[in-house]
Amino acid sequence: MDITVNILLTIATAATPLLIAAIGELVVERSGVLNLGVEGMMIMGAVGGFGAGYLTGSPWIGLLAAIIVGALFSLLFAVMTLSLATNQVATGLSLTLLGLGLSGMIGTSFVGQPGVRLPNLDIPGISSIPVVGKLIFGQDPVFYISIALTAAVMWFLFRTRTGLTLRSIGDSHTSAHALGIKVIRYRYLAVIFGGACAGLAGGHLSLVYTPQWVENMSAGRGWIALALVVFASWRPWRVLAGAYIFGAVWIGQLHAQAFGIPVPSQFLSSLPYLATIVVLVLISRNKRLTMMNTPASLGQPFVPDR
Amino acid sequence: MSANHDRSNLLEVRGLTKIFGTLTACDHIDLNIAKGEIHALLGENGAGKSTLVKMLFGSLEPNSGEIFWDGKPVQITSPGVAKKLGIGMVFQHFSLFEALTAAENIALSLNDGSPISTIAAKARALSYSYGLPLDPESLVGDLSVGERQRIEIIRCLLQTPQLIILDEPTSVLTPQEADKLFETLERLRSEGKSILYISHRLEEVKRICDRATVLRHGKVVGHCNPREETAASLARMMVGSEVKAVVRAPAEGIETAPALLEIRGLSRKPATPFAIPLKNINLTVRAGEVIGIAGVAGNGQGEFFESVSGEVLQQDAGSVRIRGKDAGGLPITGRRLMGAAFVPEERLGHGAAPRMRLSENLLLSRHATDGKAFVGSGGMVRNGAVYSAAQRIIKAMDVRKSAPDPEAAALSGGNLQKFIVGRELDRKPSVMIVNQPTWGVDAGAAAHIRQALIELARSGSAVLVISQDLDELFELSDAIAVMHNGELSAPLPIAEATFEKIGLLMGGAEPGHAEHRIEVA
Repeated sequence: MDITVNILLTIATAATPLLIAAIGELVVERSGVLNLGVEGMMIMGAVGGFGAGYLTGSPWIGLLAAIIVGALFSLLFAVMTLSLATNQVATGLSLTLLGLGLSGMIGTSFVGQPGVRLPNLDIPGISSIPVVGKLIFGQDPVFYISIALTAAVMWFLFRTRTGLTLRSIGDSHTSAHALGIKVIRYRYLAVIFGGACAGLAGGHLSLVYTPQWVENMSAGRGWIALALVVFASWRPWRVLAGAYIFGAVWIGQLHAQAFGIPVPSQFLSSLPYLATIVVLVLISRNKRLTMMNTPASLGQPFVPDR
Repeated sequence: MSANHDRSNLLEVRGLTKIFGTLTACDHIDLNIAKGEIHALLGENGAGKSTLVKMLFGSLEPNSGEIFWDGKPVQITSPGVAKKLGIGMVFQHFSLFEALTAAENIALSLNDGSPISTIAAKARALSYSYGLPLDPESLVGDLSVGERQRIEIIRCLLQTPQLIILDEPTSVLTPQEADKLFETLERLRSEGKSILYISHRLEEVKRICDRATVLRHGKVVGHCNPREETAASLARMMVGSEVKAVVRAPAEGIETAPALLEIRGLSRKPATPFAIPLKNINLTVRAGEVIGIAGVAGNGQGEFFESVSGEVLQQDAGSVRIRGKDAGGLPITGRRLMGAAFVPEERLGHGAAPRMRLSENLLLSRHATDGKAFVGSGGMVRNGAVYSAAQRIIKAMDVRKSAPDPEAAALSGGNLQKFIVGRELDRKPSVMIVNQPTWGVDAGAAAHIRQALIELARSGSAVLVISQDLDELFELSDAIAVMHNGELSAPLPIAEATFEKIGLLMGGAEPGHAEHRIEVA
């Protein structure tokens, strides 16, 4: 029983950073901007979060720093692509490369240092209830943030006027501009929100998942988050499903490898990717729904003519 | 100065100028719009009409000039400011969001914070009171162009504007839908609202407008009362010279002439959720005749053209036959080699590669059919031959350009169209298929293109023209078929065709057309 609970907990821990980064990127892409710099913003959040936590001794300050660093880093992308109308793909890729390099440089002195870890939630009496107590009331704070964030983004996008405006900009920025909607301002805010989320996801890695600093510790999770958004056809609950499928198969194959199943480990390592793609492709079969949810102006620079 | 600002003028424009690079799109424009009038803004494509109204609606910033609203000077810096003043706009190129519902589209332009359901109810009530019924829950991507136009109009009316700007509103409507629109406009005028009506359809302007301002090359060239003018005199003001009428000699012996293009039972499933399926289309075009295909935009004409030109291949090779041979399985080049020629709707990106020179564009479309003339031994391009052929076409079609062999994107839309049509005509194809031959082309050039198409047919070729412009089809065609919702009606000989009959078919009113999505109210 305990083993099952522990496995479920590790799945949640593996899925949480993916979910947060992907939900942030979903909002960015719904506004019509493609930011391929998720990996870079994530690793910057990780190093910033670890550094602030290590220097102050407070994991909470570390988490806040991770968010701020991610947001600031995304601001760089926003200035380039939105104000200067550079190519979003190229700018996003360079943001990732810059983030990986810069974080390695900043983090040289952190390597091998003991970090601080965000404590798990612990409600006396309730968290010790078998199974349920630990799963629902005994996880790390970022897990709860990730679930609340998903619900909030769903509500924002599909229930509020501002969310409708954001989606309309993603559908056609020229039409939105013609109606007098401030396209660039909305996109700035969306990109910064995405950056803050990626930073938070990075902070989760260095303050919860493995409370230490290792170069390249994001290990491609930013790319997986990006892929999740597309395969989930820009729908928040599907991103949640995708992140947890990925996390589950990831943890499952680790256990399988530990058991020594006679299957090449490379195949096992590729399973999470395969499973996630297969499941999300199956749930996105409805072409019409996918078309409706795809931001039609995704990746196109917007220059208002005046 | 202030004495000139008569309060009976709702909007007064003084010396409004907009410069793009070296082009002066609007040059010291003066315009007065009185309260409760329908004011026409006339002009050829590129005369500066759209630029002017964009400045009035705040989406473009003028370089100089003044605007007075109700006698007071105003700066219209954004569409939001225009809306606050009471200016509403119905755009020529729709500013709707396809992935959202009609109600959501309307809500986006209102920003008053009321819930979508309230807005939907208001929109529904208003749309029925004006006789433009609208289902607020429907997804815009699923609607016909006419229905989208209604959303634009209702959205504009919900903002209770004092001045409504309509940019070429009838170019996408059936004649019956247009009548409905005119009733609405007349009702708005009787409510004391002003309307700025942009159109190049002179009969319409004569029918509903009280005054007209005519633009040419960015300048105001005259004001008039359209009711006192004739369509010919208005056209002369717009173009600046007499427009030659198109002459169509009667076709003879068509019934016995060989069928050069045959379409038999052509069907196609929609490629995207918003595309129109083609349903069992049959059509024969014989040597010597011009057949026109009318229809409201978005009823499958684009899909039909793609299928006939070979951009999309058919399962059944016999569904498209060129000069008596099956061509359904052949791509574009294969069909060209059989003697067919195609002019697609989009000029840049489809009809021509924008960043390539005219001569290079000529080679791109004709390297296979004119291989011997343009490509020498070992696959080397004969640049000299291509260049002189391009010059021949430029001369024949009177293409006006700034350099001997400019890039396609450097030409104005009308001149590029002349080149693209000329490029195909130059081959003397036995089957010519043209989609929107004169869309956005000025009257003089349009007459030239139409005359050339008629002459091609009379010299023994089969010509198929797809167009939204009924006037054009009546000028060109020996028979007109109508496309509605992916189905094609039987061609109606021109002697029997009237605007009324064609208009009803465009709205889907034929027993054969079961599905009837636009209720002609």
